[in-house]
Amino acid sequence: MSINISENLKAEVKNLNFHYGDVHALKNINLPVSEKKITALIGPSGCGKTTLLRCFNRMHDLYPHNRYEGEIILHPENINITGEEIDPIEVRMRISMVFQKPNPFPKSIYENVAYGLRVRGVNKKSILDEKVETSLRRSALWEEAKDRLYESAFDMSGGQQQRLCIARALATDPEILLFDEPTSALDPISTAKIEELMLSLKKQITILIVTHNMQQAARISDYTGFMMLGELIEFDKTDKMFTSPSEKLTEDYITGRFG
Amino acid sequence: MAILDAELMHLKELVLKMGAMVEGSIRDSVNALVERNDELANAVIEKDHQVNAFDVQIDEECIRLLALMQPMAGDLRFITTTMKITTDLERMGDQAVNIAERALELNKEPILKPYIDIPHMSRIAQGMTRDALDAFVRRDKKLATDVIMRDDEVDDLKFGIFEELISYMVKDPNTVSRAMRISFVAQYLERIADHATNIAEMVIYLVAGKIIRHMAPPMEQ
Repeated sequence: MSINISENLKAEVKNLNFHYGDVHALKNINLPVSEKKITALIGPSGCGKTTLLRCFNRMHDLYPHNRYEGEIILHPENINITGEEIDPIEVRMRISMVFQKPNPFPKSIYENVAYGLRVRGVNKKSILDEKVETSLRRSALWEEAKDRLYESAFDMSGGQQQRLCIARALATDPEILLFDEPTSALDPISTAKIEELMLSLKKQITILIVTHNMQQAARISDYTGFMMLGELIEFDKTDKMFTSPSEKLTEDYITGRFG
Repeated sequence: MAILDAELMHLKELVLKMGAMVEGSIRDSVNALVERNDELANAVIEKDHQVNAFDVQIDEECIRLLALMQPMAGDLRFITTTMKITTDLERMGDQAVNIAERALELNKEPILKPYIDIPHMSRIAQGMTRDALDAFVRRDKKLATDVIMRDDEVDDLKFGIFEELISYMVKDPNTVSRAMRISFVAQYLERIADHATNIAEMVIYLVAGKIIRHMAPPMEQ
């Protein structure tokens, strides 16, 4: 499974194993993540794709008995972000996550976006104002939000809340955005907006997305990885994966003939 | 996906029915010429609208499956290949009609010479068509490659026929109208073999996911 990747890599998963206590959830994963491209992870429920995504911002550190082996190298510094010496808070500043269901804080729209900066100790109003506006513009929410910045985030629609969560993730200028099934709770129009947004964001940011929606992976991603039972079965350019995959398991999964 | 499997099976049956009809038209059109049988020639011309109807029906089925089932990978290649194959089959049907029309014209005049190479060409072209479709149904890359290799023989026969007919025309201008028409028939058969070759090339894409059109010569891998 070696393919030619012409662009620079933003990250590289190398011989990564992950254990939830006694459960061996990721088995020797090797995955390149191209810079300013969208890489999609697909696979049946329980295949480990979300587990892999969560390794990228050290979400697993929140629970004891979880164990990483191997590396996720972040370029250009070549640091191993799963390394114990690396502060997970610092990792999460550089690698942000957007979840399946919109999860805004019970605060105003403005404070949701400003939150990450305030945690970092930024309190100057002019800086916060500017960052909030830029982030909302980047997440294509500014026009809808600019006149209600101080209203509760909960008053927004589901699709708007999800774009707000993207704005919140963007406010700290992350280098990688992780999306865990970001549109599975949204209607088709909100889904289309999020997909368009991802395509415009990739001009500046590297994106890694887990999705159950194969048409979504096919539409927006540049590379796709297919996972099963904790293993990365196949990784290739998205157009190749969906027109002529190399592995029978991949073919069976994407044509719906699984099992 | 059981739902899609049944649909694809149905699609395959339609392609085979269309293929059998086209193969029959090629055979009948050449027989109409060799046996000087106007009735058979008219039957080929008459039947062409059925071939066209298959082309439209199969296209509609394919578009419906693309829209409703969102097929991927091997299923996607099967459906897109089917759409291209029927275009070739439909044109082969048109060539059979052309042969039948030339047969009607030639049958009005005295026979120029016994037909030997034309029926030979026709048999090869029919065999290529049948095997290309068999290869499609069985996803048989080897058979498809074999069909592609046979195309050269048809090309050579066509040039042989041209040479011979030119010599007739040079010797006796009275033969020109007949010799020209027979040359056309050879040209039509050569085109039919080209269409069969196209189908075989599509089969290789279907099986291997690799487009080999416009690459010469065909390679066995």
